[in-house]
Amino acid sequence: MTATVSTKPASLCPDVIVIGGGLHGCSAALHLSMRGVRVLVLEKDHVARHASGVNAGGVRQLGRHVAEVPLSVASMALWHRIRDLVDDDCGFESHGQIKVAESEAELATSHARVAELNALGFTHEEVVGQDELRALVPAIADHCVGALVSRGDGAAIPFRTTFAFRRKAIALGARFQEGGTVTRLARRGGLWTVETADGEKFEAPVVVNAAGAWADRIAAQAGEPVPLEVIAPMLMITARVAPFIKPVVGATGRTLSFKQFPNGTVLIGGGLLGRAVRDENRTELDFSQVSVNARTVWDLFPCMRGATIVRSWAGIEARMPDQIPVIGPSGTEPDLYHSFGFSAHGFQLGPIVGRITADLITGGATDLPIAPFSIGRFAA
Amino acid sequence: MSRFDFDIAVVGSGPAGLAAAALAASKGASVVLLDEQAEPGGQIYRAVTETPVRDRKVLGPDYWHGAELLGPLRDSGAAHWPGTIVWSVARPREDAPDGHRPIQIGLSRNGSAAMLTVRHVILATGALERPFPIPGWTLPGVLGAGAAQVLLKTSGLVPSGATVMAGSGPLLWLLAWQYLQAGARIDAILDTTPKENWRAALPLLPGFLRSPYLGKGMKLMLEVRRKLTVIGNVTALRAEGAIGGDSALKSVVYTRNGTEHRLPADTLLLHHGVIPNLNLANATGCAQRWDEQQRCWRPTTDEWGATSVEGVSLAGDGAGIGGARAAEEAGRLAALDALHRLGRIGREQRDKAAAPHRAALDRALTGRAFLDTLYTPAEAFRAPADDTIVCRCEEITAGAVREAVRLGCSGPNQAKSFLRCGMGPCQGRLCGPTVTEVIAAERGVSPAEVGYYRLRPPVKPITLAELAALPKTDADIDAVFKH
Repeated sequence: MTATVSTKPASLCPDVIVIGGGLHGCSAALHLSMRGVRVLVLEKDHVARHASGVNAGGVRQLGRHVAEVPLSVASMALWHRIRDLVDDDCGFESHGQIKVAESEAELATSHARVAELNALGFTHEEVVGQDELRALVPAIADHCVGALVSRGDGAAIPFRTTFAFRRKAIALGARFQEGGTVTRLARRGGLWTVETADGEKFEAPVVVNAAGAWADRIAAQAGEPVPLEVIAPMLMITARVAPFIKPVVGATGRTLSFKQFPNGTVLIGGGLLGRAVRDENRTELDFSQVSVNARTVWDLFPCMRGATIVRSWAGIEARMPDQIPVIGPSGTEPDLYHSFGFSAHGFQLGPIVGRITADLITGGATDLPIAPFSIGRFAA
Repeated sequence: MSRFDFDIAVVGSGPAGLAAAALAASKGASVVLLDEQAEPGGQIYRAVTETPVRDRKVLGPDYWHGAELLGPLRDSGAAHWPGTIVWSVARPREDAPDGHRPIQIGLSRNGSAAMLTVRHVILATGALERPFPIPGWTLPGVLGAGAAQVLLKTSGLVPSGATVMAGSGPLLWLLAWQYLQAGARIDAILDTTPKENWRAALPLLPGFLRSPYLGKGMKLMLEVRRKLTVIGNVTALRAEGAIGGDSALKSVVYTRNGTEHRLPADTLLLHHGVIPNLNLANATGCAQRWDEQQRCWRPTTDEWGATSVEGVSLAGDGAGIGGARAAEEAGRLAALDALHRLGRIGREQRDKAAAPHRAALDRALTGRAFLDTLYTPAEAFRAPADDTIVCRCEEITAGAVREAVRLGCSGPNQAKSFLRCGMGPCQGRLCGPTVTEVIAAERGVSPAEVGYYRLRPPVKPITLAELAALPKTDADIDAVFKH
């Protein structure tokens, strides 16, 4: 279905209500606004309060699920021109992402990965040997034998990015309402009614569910429950150390995301989980897992052993059982579109998935392959 | 399944912590007193067991009262772990069965990190100086009066060269008096107490006239005023180094009655009162509220110091500024309530034992409202001009914070994500209150509405090596704790 353009003033009736003011909600709002669609974003806390504001900021094609690769490659093109899209560079820097192999067996899986991608026609990942790995990451531990590299990858600043999408969307006419949780969703006579906890009602012909770790509740309102798991990936950051590394580094055989900011602080993460209490917007850290993460850094970057950890935190995220998101139209209701469940790697996809959602709403189709992300895969 | 290392952990060994640990342990609870410093006493009684300042009249009788708290602690049987940094307190899981809701404390001791499991924790983390951001406050030679007082207590050090003190509040006068007793040179005291505060404070004067501090405070202030140059009604202040350089402090420029004056200075001691050190309580998830009278955030507590988090209570200045004697009594009340919650004493027994301490607490707090109101810093110092650095760790100016507000940042957490202010090693201790005030003023709303940083552990920095080596088995844990 395509959105019908309402004749009411925008303040009364938007064309599309986006539920969720994370990066995906803001990106959908931006792309829709760019096409003249009137958008209202409903955010229960404030924009970028959860996963979108506090993630590691990795802008990564490297190592993605093959179903995501076409979207990721298309999104990367948008990242490299991000200022054209949102009038802000979002702190994006492209120094590549590297997945270190700690053994010949791990390096063999890297070769297999590149072969798989090449067969599909993608060439952004390559394997490098020990010498080039050392050239790229001089501080890497001696035992590392090589790496998988995606040179066009990088990192950005998550809160600033989400804020920039919001700002540009607002400049193009989108409205944002923060501080009201959506509790009810009902469709009657071709119009959705969206109700918040404090009793406010909003109407629009089309709804986008970009509610992140709360998206299953919205989907359930539409009669399509999904097996969404609420997770709390943890991160920690060090005090400043002298600049020593440019690319973002991960590992093949264990969980790691390792990046130094221009100011010298080092961000360490990779998805080890704390505990999320989503009804209280709260996360609890699990220091036995933080310790595992610290141990990985100890092993891979000997120069970091004396570094000081000044803070750790976790964000609240949605994870699907198959670790890939839900993108596309509802399976039960017309004029409802989903964009959630990015399973702790949705940041890089933000720019493109907003465009896909706008394509679906304004044109009824998109040129990117989204079939694998259909919500129908969870239908009984 | 869970094993408990102690019934109660008390964090901080100032007056509240010393009194709480001694009382709880004397009633048979197993208690550990965790403290960063090598010797008990907190900041107020810092180095009371070993200060080189042996002339008792320099630091005064209120300081030496601290020594009286040490005997009961020794006799109580409480374990005292000095040199222990607490970097995390994790609340119990809400889905755990009753009686098995352990609180996990992350600590560093003897260079190793470990997790300690207890049933109840009393946070007695005390106060810290309210940030006093002025242009040049990051220059070498500019420091907090509280920090200077610590140097006097621990090492007998007094400033050398031209010394100017500036600000307001009881500690400023006390330190000036202590320096006088020690024979130190003070060139001037620049009093920033706003004239108009008197109008608000006067109705509260009757309460203050009954305060136990009145007599002592007046005597001390009069003596300081008699012997030192005190310049009142100072409305603006800046510290300057050599022209065009990043050098150390050379002079202090102040504005009085609209006119600028310059004083040469090698040392500038700043003070605008103290506020609760709430970082650990905040990172533990304890609810907090804005206190308009004390103009600061304080954790929300009941009359026993219990916070919004089960098994976590607060005692002393960390829960709201009341001073050392009030802290001591609050420590005892928190201990009695913890004993009750652990099933060691009944409700009646708790209430009966609490009565004298509650009365003493009320006495100690008499007149506080007058001091809080009189010594509220002027807005120009709470929310400084654009070019003043507010976040020292990341060198963020007040102007940058205001610009972030104009771009849509509605509170300190958004400003933190946007500007990195408060993300440095101090975790907002030096910028949090200022960022709150700047954002509130810029938005034209109360600080209560803009909120405060959500702080996260480790509340005190620890090394990656320590974290990586966190013991994971019971045997590892015993190896750290047995000594």
